[in-house]
Amino acid sequence: MTVQQIQIKLFARARELAESELISVSVEEQATVAQLRLAMAKQFPQLQPLSSQLLIAVDNAYAGEDQSLNTQQEVACFPPVSGG
Amino acid sequence: MKPDYISITEQPIDYTALTERVRSNQCGAVVLFMGTVREMTSGRQTIALDYEVYPEMAQQMMRQLITEARDQWAIQVVAIEHRIGHLGLGEISVAIAVSSPHRNEAFEAGRFLIDRLKEIVPIWKKENWSDGTTEWEHPEIEAK
Repeated sequence: MTVQQIQIKLFARARELAESELISVSVEEQATVAQLRLAMAKQFPQLQPLSSQLLIAVDNAYAGEDQSLNTQQEVACFPPVSGG
Repeated sequence: MKPDYISITEQPIDYTALTERVRSNQCGAVVLFMGTVREMTSGRQTIALDYEVYPEMAQQMMRQLITEARDQWAIQVVAIEHRIGHLGLGEISVAIAVSSPHRNEAFEAGRFLIDRLKEIVPIWKKENWSDGTTEWEHPEIEAK
């Protein structure tokens, strides 16, 4: 099984917990957003306080859990938004 | 017709200039909403707010807001500006101006635009409390 590295931009409290604006998470090729969440939780346990609240965006749109990922996409992860 | 306008800025929001962007002779109504930095929240005192943004996605979502509003109401021009960075008490964090031929549409669309912005636009605020602590705001516990 081929493994790919997904680069993930982090924002707000997720960025602070990981102490990084960009993390790299290893997932299998064709991994879904749901699988990325599991891999991220294992590889970055410091994000655990946000765990289920974390939102995933792919190419500047909110991603569904079944959406599959590739290294060409821009992936971001962040807590619920609180602008305004 | 004037174009819609979207902006994310670190500078103070010029709400007069923003309002001018939506005024037109075809419209009988302009509604302006401003969000400002409030001092007291549930008995706790705020000194300042820090706003962070995911710029590319925020622009995309702001364009989506306008599309969703226009699908529901006969509005003419929308202008949205959100400030980021460090804001003191009373400063304007967001301004939304909407014009429409008749007032009902501008009022309803304006209300929708700020509510929807708070749901989907990737911007986060961090409280700087008077006791020296800081805290990212958590939407679920915020009073509507």
